[in-house]
Amino acid sequence: MKPFWVSSLICLSLLCHAQAQNPLAHDPKAAKAGEYEFRINCALCHGLGAHGGGRGPDLTRAQKKHAHNDAEMFQVISNGIPGTAMPANGTNGQGVGMTDTEIWQIIAYIRSQEVKTSAKQQGDPAHGKQLFFGDGNCSLCHMVAGNGGRLGPDLTGVGASRTRASLIDSIRNPSRRLAWGLTEPTKEFPQEYVTITAVTADGKTISGVALNEDSFTVQVMDRGENLHLLEKDTLKSFQKSRESTMPKYDPEVLSDKDIDDIIAFLANVEAK
Amino acid sequence: MSVRTSWVSMRLKVTSDVCIREWKSGPFRAALRMIERKAFRPCAFLTFSFLICFSNPTFIHAQVTSERLLNSSKEPQNWMTYSGDYSGKRFSALDQINAANAHNMVAKWAFQTGATGKFESTPLVVDGILYATGPDNRAFALDARSGRPIWIYQRQVPSDIRPCCGRVNRGVAILGDKVFCGTLDAHIVALDAKTGAVRWDVEAADYRIGHSFTVAPLAVKNLIIIGISGGEYGIRGFIDAYDADTGQRKWRFYTVPGPGEPGHDTWQGDSWKVGGAPAWNTGTYDPATNQIFWPTGNPSPSNRGAGREGDNLYSNSLLALNADSGKLNWYFQFTKHDEHDWDATQVPILIDSGGKQLIAQADRNGYFYILDRTNGKLISATPYGKTTWSDSKDSDGRPIPNKQASPTLEGHTVCPGALGTTNYMPPTYDPQTGLFYVTARDQCDIFSTAPQPYEPGHAFYGSAYFPSEEAEPHLGFLKAIDPVTGETKKVFQHSSPTWSGVLSTAGGLVFSGDAEGNMIAFDAASLRPLWHFQMGGAVYAGPMAYSVDGKEYVAIAAGSTIYAFGLQ
Repeated sequence: MKPFWVSSLICLSLLCHAQAQNPLAHDPKAAKAGEYEFRINCALCHGLGAHGGGRGPDLTRAQKKHAHNDAEMFQVISNGIPGTAMPANGTNGQGVGMTDTEIWQIIAYIRSQEVKTSAKQQGDPAHGKQLFFGDGNCSLCHMVAGNGGRLGPDLTGVGASRTRASLIDSIRNPSRRLAWGLTEPTKEFPQEYVTITAVTADGKTISGVALNEDSFTVQVMDRGENLHLLEKDTLKSFQKSRESTMPKYDPEVLSDKDIDDIIAFLANVEAK
Repeated sequence: MSVRTSWVSMRLKVTSDVCIREWKSGPFRAALRMIERKAFRPCAFLTFSFLICFSNPTFIHAQVTSERLLNSSKEPQNWMTYSGDYSGKRFSALDQINAANAHNMVAKWAFQTGATGKFESTPLVVDGILYATGPDNRAFALDARSGRPIWIYQRQVPSDIRPCCGRVNRGVAILGDKVFCGTLDAHIVALDAKTGAVRWDVEAADYRIGHSFTVAPLAVKNLIIIGISGGEYGIRGFIDAYDADTGQRKWRFYTVPGPGEPGHDTWQGDSWKVGGAPAWNTGTYDPATNQIFWPTGNPSPSNRGAGREGDNLYSNSLLALNADSGKLNWYFQFTKHDEHDWDATQVPILIDSGGKQLIAQADRNGYFYILDRTNGKLISATPYGKTTWSDSKDSDGRPIPNKQASPTLEGHTVCPGALGTTNYMPPTYDPQTGLFYVTARDQCDIFSTAPQPYEPGHAFYGSAYFPSEEAEPHLGFLKAIDPVTGETKKVFQHSSPTWSGVLSTAGGLVFSGDAEGNMIAFDAASLRPLWHFQMGGAVYAGPMAYSVDGKEYVAIAAGSTIYAFGLQ
C-alpha cells in the first residue's frame, strides 16, 4: 500500500510541476468558456472584461504583479494572495470552487484579453517623477518605492495593476471611487479611504482618513500622519464623508500630458 | 439541577483497531501521525468521540421528548430548536440580563473550533449542555457553563466536494437521546447526545452531483425534517423526513414537481430535472394544524431564466406541508421565475395578531410578506429595503416584476443585489414590543447572463453579478418592522452589512453581531446599542440565550469561536 501511495504522489507532483504551461493555451473555445467562468468567479472584483475598474487589479496588462507565467497564475487563482483581498479558489463564500480545467479556461481567457491591450508606454517617466515628487504634490500623501507620504495609498505597483483610464479617473475625480485600504480576512470588502472629521471631548478637531472603522471605534490618520484611535461615544461630534481628502486635479493644475507622464513614471517604477 | 461532571476516564470510541492503537499513545499526537502516514484512511467516516464517564451518579440527562419540544415555553432555560421554538420567533423569555444591566455584560467563555471559513451555527442548549455544529462537518457538545468540550465529532469531508457557499452548517436538532445534523456530503447523521457516537448515518443524495446539507434539521414528533442544498448545481430540490430512531426515510417532498404532478407545467421542457429549488434553511411548525412551513431557494440556473420559461414552482416559495405525510397543503411563491438568486430561504415566523393566524417572512427580494398561515393567502407585501425590480402590484397585492429587471449579456443594475435585502440570517419576533427584527442590506448589483451548459456536479449559475458602481456603498442595517402593517419602525445602521441573525429577549433586549466582530446588545424599543464586545471575527450566525444554575447566558458564533456572555 505504502509504496503505491508514495509512487502515485511522486507521479502526481511531477505532473503538477510539469504543467507550467496552460494545456488550453490559445484554444478559443476554452477562452470563451473561461470568459463565462471569469464572469461567475472573478468579475465581482476584476470587472467584466477583466479591466479591473478600481476594485480588483486590471488583468489585461501582460505584466502581473503576482503571476509571471501561467503556472504562477494557476497558483494565484488556486491559493489566493495572502495579505490581499484575493481569495483562494472556492473560499470567497459566494462562488463555487473551480476545477483545474476551469482555472485553465480562465487563464486562457485572460491571455486572450491581454492580446487586445496595447502595453505601449505613453508619456515621459522622468518628467512624471519630477511632478510626483515636486509640483504635483503627490508625494506629500503617496509613497512610491519607499519615498513619500503615508496618508494616501502606497502607489508602488499601481501602474501595473490599474488601467490608465482608472488612474486618470482617480487623479481627476478622486471622490468618484474611493481607494481601498485595510483588508480584514473575514470582511467582504476592504476599508475605504473615507474622510473623517471628529471633535474630541476637549474640543480638539481631528480630520484625516479612516484606516479602519466599526460601529464603536475609528482609527484615523490626520494630515500630519498622526494616528488617532478614537471611541465614538467619547466624541463631541463625528462626521464621515465620501469626499476624498485628495484634491481634484483639474487640467489647469495637471494637463493631460502631465498625467500621462505621471502614469508613465508609475508604470516605470513597477518595471524595475 | 446540578450538572457536575469530572473527567474520570476518557477513551476513544472507534471501531477500528488501527485507530485505537494510535489513540492510546495520546490522541493529538496520534492524529498528527495518522495524517502524516496517511493512516487516516482506516478511520475515515468513523466518529472520533471522547466518551465521558460522569463521576456524579446524580447526573441526569433527561430525554428530549417531542412533548418537551412542543412545550418549550415551559423551559426558557433551554434552547431546543434552531429558532428557539417551533414558531421561529428566536425570542427568549429570560430576563435576568435586561436593558437596565446589559452594560455589565462580560464574556464568560469562548470555545475555539479550530475551523476556518464561515461559522453559521446556532447552538442548542438542553439541561446545561450546549450542542452545535461547525464548519467542515464538525459537531460538538460543551459544558454550557464553562465552554469545556464533552465530545467532539468530525466527519471527513470528501476531497472532491465543492459546496457553493462555504463548508458551512447551521446547527443540530435534538430529540430523545440523539442529536442530528446534515453533512456536506449529503448524509444525515444521528449522534449519541452523551458521547457523540454515530447512532445512524443515512445518505440522502449524491454529493458528487451537487447535493449537500447545510441546514439545521427540525425535530417534529418522531421525525427529523431536513432540506437539501445545491441550488447552484442544478439539483432537483427536496425536503425529507426521517424516523429519529431508525433513520428510515418517511417521506420526501420534491420542491420541483415531476411529470404528472401539479406545477410541473411551470417548467419548460426538461428544465425541471435540473430545476434547483433547494430548501437550505430551517422551517417552522404549527402544532395546531400539524403543518410544517419550509421555505425554498432559487431555480437553477440561478440567474438565467432562458430555457426554464414559466413560474418554476416551487422555487422561492413558502411551502405548507403536512408533518406526517409531507403532502403539500398550500404554497406561496415570493419570486416567480427568479433570475436574481433571490432564494426565499428565510425563517418564516408564526405570529398571532388580532385573532389572525399569520406567518411573516422578510424575503431576500426586499419585500416583507405577511400571509394567512391557514391558507397561504397574501395579506401584504411591503418593501423593507432598497428595491427597483417592481413598480406595481397585482390585484392580490403581489409585486409585479419590471420587464427590464431581467439580467442581460451586457449586464445592468438591479436592487436588491444577488445577496438580497436579507439572506439566511435568522430574524426575531419580540412579542413584548410586537416588532419583527431583521438584518437588512442595501446593495445593488449588476446582473449579467453567462450562458452555461448543465454538467453534473459543476457550478450552474448561468450568470454573474457584481457590485454596481453607480450605486451607493453597501449599507447594512438592523431593522424593526411592525409585522401587522409591514412598516419599518426603527433602524440601526451598522458600519457595514452584516450576516448576523437577531435574538430578542424578555429583558427588553435585542442581540445581533456585525461584520467587524462586535456582539451588540440593543434596547429593543429604540435599537440604541447598550453594550458591545469585540469578538475578533465576523458574525455569520444567529445568537441564542439559555440559563444554567440560574444564570443567563447569550451565545453566538463569531470567527471560528463560540462566545457566551453573561452578567459580571
